[in-house]
Amino acid sequence: MSALGNTSGMVPNPMHTLKPSGNLRRRQLTSRLFVSLTLAAAGLAVAVLLILVYYAAKNGASQLSFSFLTAQLPAPGGIVPGGGMGPALAGTAEVILIATIIALPVGVLTAIYLSEFASRRIGRVLTTALEQMAGLPTIIVGVFIFGLIVQRAGPSAIAAGIALAIVEVPLIARASIESLRRVPGTLREAADALGVARWRTILGVILPTAANGIITATILAVARAAGETAPVLLTDQPVVSQAYQLDPRHTVATVPVEILQLLLSGTTSAVDKAWGMAFVLMGLILLVNIGARVWLRRSERKRGV
Amino acid sequence: MSLSSEEPPEQAGPRLRLPGAATADSPAAPSPESAASARSSVARETVFTSRGVSVNYGAKRALDNVTLDIESNYATAFIGPSGCGKSTLLRCFNRMNDSITGFRIDGDLLYHGHDLYGSEANRVEVRRRIGMVFQKPNPFPKSIYDNVAWAARNLGMKQNLDERVERALRSAALWDEVKDRLKASALGLSGGQQQRLCIARAIAIEPDVVLLDEPASALDPIATAAIEDLITALKSQYTIVIVTHNMQQAMRVADKTAFFSLDESRIGTLIEYENTDKLFSRPSDKRTEAYITGQFG
Amino acid sequence: MDKVDRRANGALKWLALGGGALVFLVLLAIVYQILSGASGAFDKFGLAFIFHKNWVPASNQYGAWTFVYGTLVTGVGSVLISTVLGVSIGLFLSLMAPRRVAAIIGPLVEMLAAIPSVIIGLIGIYLICPFIKTDIEPWVHSAFGWIPIFGAPQPVGNSIFAAILVLTIMVVPIIAALTRDLFLTVPGELRDGAEALGATRWEMIRGVVIPTTQSGIVAAAVLGFGRAVGEAIAVAQVIGGVPADPLNLFKGGYTGASVIANTFTSPVSNLNTSVLFYIAAILLVISIGSNLAAQRISRSFGHAL
Repeated sequence: MSALGNTSGMVPNPMHTLKPSGNLRRRQLTSRLFVSLTLAAAGLAVAVLLILVYYAAKNGASQLSFSFLTAQLPAPGGIVPGGGMGPALAGTAEVILIATIIALPVGVLTAIYLSEFASRRIGRVLTTALEQMAGLPTIIVGVFIFGLIVQRAGPSAIAAGIALAIVEVPLIARASIESLRRVPGTLREAADALGVARWRTILGVILPTAANGIITATILAVARAAGETAPVLLTDQPVVSQAYQLDPRHTVATVPVEILQLLLSGTTSAVDKAWGMAFVLMGLILLVNIGARVWLRRSERKRGV
Repeated sequence: MSLSSEEPPEQAGPRLRLPGAATADSPAAPSPESAASARSSVARETVFTSRGVSVNYGAKRALDNVTLDIESNYATAFIGPSGCGKSTLLRCFNRMNDSITGFRIDGDLLYHGHDLYGSEANRVEVRRRIGMVFQKPNPFPKSIYDNVAWAARNLGMKQNLDERVERALRSAALWDEVKDRLKASALGLSGGQQQRLCIARAIAIEPDVVLLDEPASALDPIATAAIEDLITALKSQYTIVIVTHNMQQAMRVADKTAFFSLDESRIGTLIEYENTDKLFSRPSDKRTEAYITGQFG
Repeated sequence: MDKVDRRANGALKWLALGGGALVFLVLLAIVYQILSGASGAFDKFGLAFIFHKNWVPASNQYGAWTFVYGTLVTGVGSVLISTVLGVSIGLFLSLMAPRRVAAIIGPLVEMLAAIPSVIIGLIGIYLICPFIKTDIEPWVHSAFGWIPIFGAPQPVGNSIFAAILVLTIMVVPIIAALTRDLFLTVPGELRDGAEALGATRWEMIRGVVIPTTQSGIVAAAVLGFGRAVGEAIAVAQVIGGVPADPLNLFKGGYTGASVIANTFTSPVSNLNTSVLFYIAAILLVISIGSNLAAQRISRSFGHAL
């Protein structure tokens, strides 16, 4: 390989040193300062998360036991010690079941409409509506259902379920749209080229391909709904019994609202119970969140996305 | 198009103009004959020294064993088929490959004798002295004036900023077209104008070297001709290294040309490096001859 | 395409359209329900309701100013802090952190958003408020007490300031996630161009990245504001629930969302309920308004947030 032209000596020319010149040192110091500030901000956020988790664990883990998870609710007023979160756990499960039974089909159908059928104009209007619904304060959802149902038929688990469905639908729909859009166009083209009818393509090819994302979205929406207090507070109160009560036409206990009640009574034993419930709730939600993400990433990697 | 004939302004930091480089004394764009005589009369320094330089991206070797010298105030062209490492080598000169994951460079790459990748080399300082213009014009979403002035402001060149901007735009042959709309957005310019703007903002901070990575490949022929005239005019003040896939461009613009290609193991490497006229008329290597006669490429 | 396919295609399309229509209808129903529930109070008090301070439910005197004021102060205060922190974290996650670090810290910050508000309120009561009372308030008062908003420390620590802190914890992850995605859309060529001109990393961010994304940042902040304004439960637990008009950040206060959460289930009269609907209507207007504003801002910039 010939390449040699004039070779000046290997002696470094001091006029062209590559050390910082002029104001560079100061500017790089400034840059490093701001970079570390952003690192500090991220560190602060993580620290806050860890503190929250630690504190909940510290105050609530001691409550953890099988009987705590299954025993009846503490007596109202907080004076009589004892009690657990059994009915509240069952009630939360029931309420989010009702919510998801409504929200999953509505959310997925809306997503299918937006990604497969809608014209651009309708699509934009509907997307705006979804964004609005996603940003609605949950307390307003509670007020809405109160006016619509509770004022006419009294409070109930069903009312709370419908309220939570309104919270879940935009979450499921948004993520489902993303998943549907990510289905490669080649799959659709191949189905079209084979002369397959639209509905078969959507239900048989596109939906299954997007299924992982939709399932993850639903799980995350459920986790979110499980922690919502405001909509349930306004539609599923008062809870009269300490025992397991699962008739959806009446009020059922739920974990977040029960935590709030215990807090309001203020006695030590009540607050201890509240911490215990908070620890369980937070633990479940965080585990579900982490689990869903890990699962989604792993399944995407397997598919080579 | 006229060259600036003013004295270099005050600037923070050492003067970057080479001793003996033509500035106030140089007339307008040199013709080929006077270019030849100018070449022999200016004191040449070696700007870049490459000895056995190889580049890896992760496990994949992109460039193998390149040894050449780039000389001051020349326009040196890197030509060759795509994927043979010419842009990779160019981007090594101003350390733009550093952020690519898995990037590793072996061998010696020196700038005026200083190791570009040594522990004493400050990456930001490297880029301040060795500027780059990219293939696709990438003006900032700012006004024309601010595009040119931005880097100068960072460097603390706040005095006589207006003159600095004007001088850079004149040197880039853009001044007359934009002087009445300096505050307008740079994104409103045509592709050729945007590219000249990118050249203007590169030279506004008075670098030592200007690297151009296929600067005209995204432009139409008229804009391309304007850029080529620019390069010919700029090399009296700066050292130019240009990557191009257009052989005629290299012939028109470059004093020396380096031909890169893929070797037997499909790794990019330097085949031949010569004065431009000799490379294109009497190439030493068969592969060079095959490329320039269009047998592949 | 045979008849079965054609019918099935149509059925799917109509089902999907039904989902979308349902979303739309529910949104309209919410607006209608809230406005009609508020109509009683609106007829009685008119728009002046927003600006009057008097709040004595027992004697049918209602004025929402305390809540409007508290909502705005806590909303703006938390958004200001959250934007600074959130944008810093967004910058860190998108432009500074190595990919592996960002892959861990990013989800951790998002976990912060997943924590139910009642638990944040719980920790607010038992960790944040005492901390404010014993550590922050005395320090701020001694250093800045001459500024009226940092006035005399409160005995309890429940205050507007506590609410701002709690809201910040909830809004920062939203802004961080939104701005992280935003900064990733800045074309690499622009960043390369800045670095090739000898700019430090901070100069590139300040000179190129942020100016390019500034309307997106504003949109994210506005969305954060909508979230902060709608938060009822966590704020209710830490803000003190005192319908006063505090110019002192460390005095107790009240917001629209939290007064609804606190008093909706035990109104003193039908008028009381209607008034709370009226406050919900105000919140609805703020929420829809900020959502639309955020969409308009980010669309004028040319990409969806």
